[in-house]
Amino acid sequence: MPLLTLDTVSLRYTSTGTPAVDGLSLAVEPGEVVALLGPSGCGKTTTLRMVAGFERPDAGSVTLEGRVLVGPGTFVPPEQRSVGMVFQDYALFPHLSVVDNVAFGLGALSRAEAQARARSMLKLFGLEGFESRMPHALSGGQQQRVALARALAPGPRVLLLDEPFSSLDSALRASTRVEVRRVLKSLGATVMLVTHDQTEAMAFADRLVVMRAGKVEQVGTPEAVYSTPRTAFVAYFLGGTNLLPGVGFGNGARTVLGILPVAGQAKGNVLLSLRPESLRLVPDTDSVAVGGALRAEVLAREFQGPSAEYTVACGGLELTVRGAPELALGPGARARLEVVGRAVVLEDSPE
Amino acid sequence: MKRRAPGWLLASGGLMAALALLPAVYLGVRASEADADAWGMLLRDRTWGLLWRTLGLAAAVTGCAAALALPLAWLTTRSDLPGRRVWAVLLCVPLALPTFVSGYVLLAAFGTGGALEEPLTRWGLPVPPVYGFPGALLALTVSTYPYFLLALRAGLQAQDPAWLEGARSLGLTPARAFWRVTVPLLRPAFASGALLVGLYVLSDFGAVALLQYDAFSRAIYVQYEGAFDRTYAALLGLALVVVTVGVLVLEVRLRGRAGYFRSAKGAARAAAPVRLGRWRVPALLLCGAVVALGVGLPVGVLLYWGVQGLSGAEGPVLGPALNSVLASALGASAAVLGALPLAFLAVRYPGRLTVAMERAAYGGYALPPIVLALSLVFLGVQALPFLYGTLAMLVLAYLVRFLPQAVGTVRSTLLQLNPHLPEAAASLGQAPSGVFRRVTVPLLRPGLLAGAALVFLTAMKELPATLLLAPIGFDTLATRVWSATAEGRFAEAALPALVLLAVSGLGVGLLVSQEGGSAPS
Repeated sequence: MPLLTLDTVSLRYTSTGTPAVDGLSLAVEPGEVVALLGPSGCGKTTTLRMVAGFERPDAGSVTLEGRVLVGPGTFVPPEQRSVGMVFQDYALFPHLSVVDNVAFGLGALSRAEAQARARSMLKLFGLEGFESRMPHALSGGQQQRVALARALAPGPRVLLLDEPFSSLDSALRASTRVEVRRVLKSLGATVMLVTHDQTEAMAFADRLVVMRAGKVEQVGTPEAVYSTPRTAFVAYFLGGTNLLPGVGFGNGARTVLGILPVAGQAKGNVLLSLRPESLRLVPDTDSVAVGGALRAEVLAREFQGPSAEYTVACGGLELTVRGAPELALGPGARARLEVVGRAVVLEDSPE
Repeated sequence: MKRRAPGWLLASGGLMAALALLPAVYLGVRASEADADAWGMLLRDRTWGLLWRTLGLAAAVTGCAAALALPLAWLTTRSDLPGRRVWAVLLCVPLALPTFVSGYVLLAAFGTGGALEEPLTRWGLPVPPVYGFPGALLALTVSTYPYFLLALRAGLQAQDPAWLEGARSLGLTPARAFWRVTVPLLRPAFASGALLVGLYVLSDFGAVALLQYDAFSRAIYVQYEGAFDRTYAALLGLALVVVTVGVLVLEVRLRGRAGYFRSAKGAARAAAPVRLGRWRVPALLLCGAVVALGVGLPVGVLLYWGVQGLSGAEGPVLGPALNSVLASALGASAAVLGALPLAFLAVRYPGRLTVAMERAAYGGYALPPIVLALSLVFLGVQALPFLYGTLAMLVLAYLVRFLPQAVGTVRSTLLQLNPHLPEAAASLGQAPSGVFRRVTVPLLRPGLLAGAALVFLTAMKELPATLLLAPIGFDTLATRVWSATAEGRFAEAALPALVLLAVSGLGVGLLVSQEGGSAPS
């Protein structure tokens, strides 16, 4: 039985405009970390705010542990929801010390108990010794951990994170992500987060919800969504891809790159997604073409550290290829292109 | 890169700083000449009474103005009050009321022979007491609550809506979140508002003198006017300066340790306005009542007596108006020209000396106007008899009095001038004189003119220095309102007061439009 359920939830900010969230349904299991992923304006933050109670949906309902938070004729105000929230800018109260910030939501406890609970939460996030600091005297990473401790202190049933790592610099981001995930998992917290960063979503979440224009585009584990994107939008948003029209015949498809192996079944005219790492570039040393290989011309090369991304022209198409960075192929160089992975059949129509 | 300022610039800056400090220094000199008897007079009961009445009025006005401004600020920024933008503007209009005009309005409405005194008595209604404490409290609260309103509105608009949402998600009801998050975070706004209002009341002359509340500034004036020995007046002035400086020091001490800025980057969401529901009518009534008191009553009273004055054909307005314009224009030009070297030094050659010079210019703020005027009277009589009683003396008083304001506007104009622009001109082959003529001056001109206009409009409604230092027979609009009101000739005072109100409104409008560019509406 899911802990948190959103049932055909919709919200329009203006009475005439397009809906920010359009008939969205979603279930979150206890102890699960779910990431809402999508470009800005896709309605992911609005969805989060409807769960928190800061926005009221025009239609649909939100249920937490069998209790209707919002639905026809029902609206539970944010303070009665047992839903914790960490804001994108953390929203630490600047007039309160670190420990008073964390103890803020513990009004039901005596002052001594609240302080003790706040201190133990801070300890959990490795913030001993910072209790009497003011928020502005903390680094960005410390502020974020205080915000997490504050949101978790009252023991919310579900924790919402709005772009939790976007304010951190990139060096800090990866290590913080690992550490925060470890603490949240050790607490068994149920978490729903919002992000536009696909790397962050895939690394942090147990399940991804890819959103587009207020609707759910695809739901699944990061591995499943990455390896079998349902649409070109998902394929592009998660890691980038090459789109190829083709004609399917079961477990293969005929394309301008020749016959490609296909994950699943392909029939008739189809649109295929071929990841950049499913292609390989080899320097064209022989003047005679080797059978099965395709000739390509390098148009651009972008060095990315552990790999390099090449844009090549092949068979009248522009393709993106991930390759080894030490490959000496500059713009204008001739190369051979090999297909080393499987293509995925997308639900989009080929045209 | 550390550059040395040219000598002529330092010399003129030093002269201006010395001029600004002159009245305070001279007051000290004059007080040090006082004998033991005079000091004994200062320490008698009357002085303590003055001190308590002055501080009591300042505290009461500050409290009333804050209590009035908080709900108004919240209603006009956070709620769905109908027409809240219009209300916000209307509620700031009383800023344009010089306090002696507020005093006039109360007297001309409810005082002896006032427009509403007789009708109220006829209908058996109580006439509000306007002499002494109640009148001074009412007049000054109406004149000063907009300072709190502006500070609190800016504070509310600067607050991250996520703070309130954070409090809600941590289990607080909207009302408790307001008291535990919104109000504590307004502390800097309350502090700056209280400082402005407190100093305003301490240094006010017009309202307390007209409404006959025995505070320091009225006592100083009465002593100056009536007594042969003016040493006691000087000592009272010194005491008022000490109180004013004490308030400034107290404020610095009380300033909180917390940083009240948003703790991280990222766009803040605009908060949805709070729905008032059944509180809408009481909220509208509150705003309406305050506007009626702060705008409706003054305009109504002034128009009523203005019409009476026209039919009676009393005292011409043109002469005093021309005098006001002349003295204010000279004073404004002097203040802006005097501010130029100080501001230029502080912005372009920051160093200990130049910053100290700029600070010295702010000395005028610590000196209540009546004390400043009194000190210049002493100075004129004793050291500059050839200037005393001439227009030049009045212009000098305006220069010292408005130098802080002029330095402020000139400084901000200079700061807005991108230092790369003169550098670009130089790199394009312009000699320093050409850079100054073709780039610096054209870029500074609008700001300097606006600054001068602002000082001009403020000088038009100056009362105490004009009263003490204007040449004999040199009536201005402000002194005309003063003398006519003091003698109960309300009709005669109405027209000059109306002109002053219009001028003052223009000044506030200019100020708001200048600051409007940077502040969120």
